[in-house]
Amino acid sequence: MRLSSKHLTLLILAAIVLVAPLGFPSNFYYRIGSLIFVNGLAVTGLVILIGFAGQISLGHAGFAGIGAYACALAPQYLGLHPALAMLLGTALSAAIAWLIGRPILRLQGYYLAVATLGFGILVTMVLANEAPITGGPDGHDVPELGLRKLLETIGIDLSNAQFWYAFTGLFLLAGAWLALNLHDSPSGRALRALHDSEIAARTVGVDVARYKLSAFVLSAVYASLSGSLLALMNKFITPDAAGFLHSIELVTMTVLGGASSVPGAVAGAALLTLLPQVLTALQDYEHMILGLIMMLVMIFMPAGLVPSLSRLLRGRT
Amino acid sequence: MLSVENLRSRYGRIEVLHGVDIEVRSGEIITVVGANGAGKTTLLRCISGVQPISGGGIVFRGETLQTVPAHRRVALGLSQSPEGRQIFTNLSVEENLRLGAYLFADERVETDMAEAFALFPILREKRNLAAGGLSGGQQQMLAIARALMARPACLLLDEPSMGLAPILVAQILDVVKDLKKRGLTVLLVEQNAYAALQVADRGYVMETGRITMSGPAEQLIADERIRTAYLGV
Repeated sequence: MRLSSKHLTLLILAAIVLVAPLGFPSNFYYRIGSLIFVNGLAVTGLVILIGFAGQISLGHAGFAGIGAYACALAPQYLGLHPALAMLLGTALSAAIAWLIGRPILRLQGYYLAVATLGFGILVTMVLANEAPITGGPDGHDVPELGLRKLLETIGIDLSNAQFWYAFTGLFLLAGAWLALNLHDSPSGRALRALHDSEIAARTVGVDVARYKLSAFVLSAVYASLSGSLLALMNKFITPDAAGFLHSIELVTMTVLGGASSVPGAVAGAALLTLLPQVLTALQDYEHMILGLIMMLVMIFMPAGLVPSLSRLLRGRT
Repeated sequence: MLSVENLRSRYGRIEVLHGVDIEVRSGEIITVVGANGAGKTTLLRCISGVQPISGGGIVFRGETLQTVPAHRRVALGLSQSPEGRQIFTNLSVEENLRLGAYLFADERVETDMAEAFALFPILREKRNLAAGGLSGGQQQMLAIARALMARPACLLLDEPSMGLAPILVAQILDVVKDLKKRGLTVLLVEQNAYAALQVADRGYVMETGRITMSGPAEQLIADERIRTAYLGV
């Protein structure tokens, strides 16, 4: 039964990714879709860290920044292809997450939150202050990935927006697939166990420190890939991608959708990416309405959108 | 099988175990009884490794334990059902049991689970429900069953009677006796001295971080001082 619910989730996600474009009147909608997928990828990583393992991070945009700037800087300074730069950024993020995760994850609760917050701010400061290399607050150009041209030569002709929609969509589906598999695997169970009680997890033989670190590194990889995709898609990046606000935004998406739910990650990302677009009509009240929706969801659906709604649906049937 | 020698442990600067000696032989049920705050739980936490020790040593099946981290001690055959049950409330009953068998990925996990269900049939009925929804007694059963899934040679039970109705206490101690018949060694820490001494082979009495008395369980039950101090008769 578990198995089928996992596959059902993936199928529904894939179906939404595939079918949604049928209703898209313009390229703009593809772009919004890609943004949702990019955010959804980072948020899926946070679901593993926050939802499964119960560790908070307020600095994950820092890893997105590392992934993004790897794509901007490695081609220029090292002559790497952007795709390789993306891999380099991922490896770098993983290595940094591993290094800082070891001391940081000994902390708990708000101490951990503040320590990760500090890390995120550090990354932003480096990106903003090392202007000769990074371009500083003005941002930096990112080279073309080149995959779309490659597809064209084999007869797949997509507009730029369509290509990024499909490309980021694939990443999100792969990320969701991995996270869903992790959830019910022995490792995922170990993560959820230490979330419940670290002591009990240790008494059944779970190496708590190692698992926390693995979750931290894995979520950093998700964030880094998401940052790389954003940079390559926009062909331009600013330190804001690594900024504190982006970190907060990612955590909000995670909690809003349902911290322990992978489809919740996508729903949270979708809601907080879409709403500002929809609400631009009400310009002056945009932030007020956004804040109000977030408060209402948290008050009436504390488990998050997706878990609460699915419980409601199951209760009715 | 398990010997604790001159064990000392402290919380910060306050020492709570002042040199404790305990010997558990293979196949025995040993109980450590004592009042609240005597250090019984600390002793078990030291043995399972979730509490650091500040002196003395623990030897389990010929192996010195103090340098072995908690999560490795399970593989050596020590499995603990922690105080206050500490089950994984957000996980299902079955997932809790599977976590007990965290170190194993073979077919025996399924037979062990069937055995656990045979021991506590109520857990089978509730296997897909979140463990947090179980009653206190059921949670205690789950905690014991989870500890058994680790295939222990020695089971550490911390206050299994805590917060349970007398009939449930009897039921759980019956299971402990049953486990002994299967060759399991049990170290049982209990505040409910009378119930614990009835199933145990030998017992230790602990007072403010020291062992003050020890001997065969029937002897302790008959002892005048223990009767007045712990048995309330």
